[in-house]
Amino acid sequence: MLGLEGTGVALAYIFTILATLLCIVYGWINWNKGDENEKKEVKEELKWEKKDSKLSK
Amino acid sequence: MEISLLMIITVVVYLIATAIFGYIGYKQTTTSSDYLVAGRKQHPMIMALSYGATFISTSAIVGFGGAAASMGMGMLWLTFLNIFVGIFIAFVYFGKRTRKMGHSLDAHTFPELMGRRYESRFIQGASGLLIFLFMPLYAGAVMIGGAVFLQQVFGINYEVALLFFAAITAVYVVFGGMKGVMYTDAFQGAIMFIGMAILLVFTYVKLGGVITAHEKLTALASLVPAGMAKGGHTGWTSMPKFASPMWMSLITTLVMGVGLGVLAQPQLSVRFMTVKSNKELNRAVIIGGIFILMMTGVAFTVGALTNVYFVEKYKMISLDVTTADPAVLKAMDEGTYAAPKEEPKVVASVKAIPAATKQATGEVAASVKPAKKAIPDNIIPLYIAKAMPEWFTALFMVTLLAAAMSTLSSQFHTMGTALSRDFYEKGLEIKSKNSLLLNKVGTGIGIIFAVVVAWLLPKALEGGSNIIAIGTSLFFGLCAAAFIPMYIGALYSKSVTKTAAIASFAIGSLTSLFWMTFFHTKESSALKICKFIFGKDTLATNPVMATLDPIVVALPISFLVILVVSMMTKKTEEKHLKKCFDGIKGGK
Repeated sequence: MLGLEGTGVALAYIFTILATLLCIVYGWINWNKGDENEKKEVKEELKWEKKDSKLSK
Repeated sequence: MEISLLMIITVVVYLIATAIFGYIGYKQTTTSSDYLVAGRKQHPMIMALSYGATFISTSAIVGFGGAAASMGMGMLWLTFLNIFVGIFIAFVYFGKRTRKMGHSLDAHTFPELMGRRYESRFIQGASGLLIFLFMPLYAGAVMIGGAVFLQQVFGINYEVALLFFAAITAVYVVFGGMKGVMYTDAFQGAIMFIGMAILLVFTYVKLGGVITAHEKLTALASLVPAGMAKGGHTGWTSMPKFASPMWMSLITTLVMGVGLGVLAQPQLSVRFMTVKSNKELNRAVIIGGIFILMMTGVAFTVGALTNVYFVEKYKMISLDVTTADPAVLKAMDEGTYAAPKEEPKVVASVKAIPAATKQATGEVAASVKPAKKAIPDNIIPLYIAKAMPEWFTALFMVTLLAAAMSTLSSQFHTMGTALSRDFYEKGLEIKSKNSLLLNKVGTGIGIIFAVVVAWLLPKALEGGSNIIAIGTSLFFGLCAAAFIPMYIGALYSKSVTKTAAIASFAIGSLTSLFWMTFFHTKESSALKICKFIFGKDTLATNPVMATLDPIVVALPISFLVILVVSMMTKKTEEKHLKKCFDGIKGGK
């Protein structure tokens, strides 16, 4: 398969490409998901940053 | 290696660009949060490239690429694990929870996340100390590679090269913090990507296309040296014999050591906390997956295929080329090589060349019989120098420098913050008026310590033999045993207690160190402590015990300890768990 002698190596070659495709498909499907709590978190971080800036001065 | 003006110019331009990106990071760093987690607002592209470039060092390309030239394309199982475990599992199942919990607990480093999750000052301080003490071994391994490169390019003394290499990286790490590190990482990652993509295309085109190149490599199976065939080698496109020494080394080291070890690397885990939401991590998975494919996937494929190129050109497999006289190779390049007229001394590994291959490759190269020990690390650089155009040699050399610097900068940063933030500020409870300045000082001290270690280590460990492999495996093994059970418990279980986490951390790391010092011959013979106390390299009574990787021993013990102790000790307060798992589904 693919010019490779052993099944073990051919599988490694195919699985490597499939794993990359898995990453691509997963990222594509979830491209716009996962930022539901962003506003709340950014507010919290702004508060921390203010505190942090005071400490750094 | 012949150093051209083009190569020097390319390196200088690269260094100037790196300095500019480091300066941008410096200008944008005003708070501790900027310095430690890049303000938690990084672009997914920068985060993914930074993660990938930190993950992949020069040794992953040159060292493991050379190993693929020797062991064959079975190494691609490692690429599969690099992508599936190192990217997909790491980002989706570890990264999202790490980011969310890191935010909920306002954690800025990996030890701080563990310390706050388990409400333990000891965990943060001790984890910081462990990282600060042992990461220099890993950083030393990377630094040695970079210094050797600069030594060759600029023709300078090794010690000067080491200082020069460390100093350039140190400047942007100390002043630019995590932003400086991530911007330069992303730039370096982009260079690495371009370099490796060109290498892959050139190689397949040169060897007649994907399938043809593979078929040619398959046809070389009969050239496997007898010693390697005895160890289980069956050819470059088939797996080693089941349970043979080569199979054991390929499978156990890859699956256990690299496959799992990557999940608990503090310099990688902290990157999950540099983005503002899971959306960035979802997007980064794409870039991370493609990036790693182009790194180790290309290195291992091209590494194995170098055999085809070298057999077609010199009638020698790659390992033999590393031991051949450079003058003979040059004469063969120029077509002026004349084999001696006396009785031809057939190259050992080419003895069994089949008729069909003989016809394709011409007469066997006599008189170039390798007398020295083969050096797999030299195969990729030799292939680049012999097979690629000069402009690409310059680009590839910069690719290797970028790979070394991107890994080293993150190691420096992690070591420094482990010392200042985790050990000094939290572990010793010494309050600082200026946390940002303290982090810069800590990073500076960490770098000096790492440089001293990199300087002394090759002298201490048998002239530096195997230093890169030992330094890397020691740190990976130690991190896995010390952190993996505690890390999984922190992200996925509400039942794991503070005492259990401390016990698992302590017993896991001690077992790992004990096994490396007294049993696993690869490390114990180099460390010489066993020899000093007991007069022998290892206390192992049989070969299996002597070659059993520390991770195989220490990780299960560490898991067992965390389970048993959790059942016996006081549960964490519900209120704290609620805070930790805020916005995270499940958790038992």
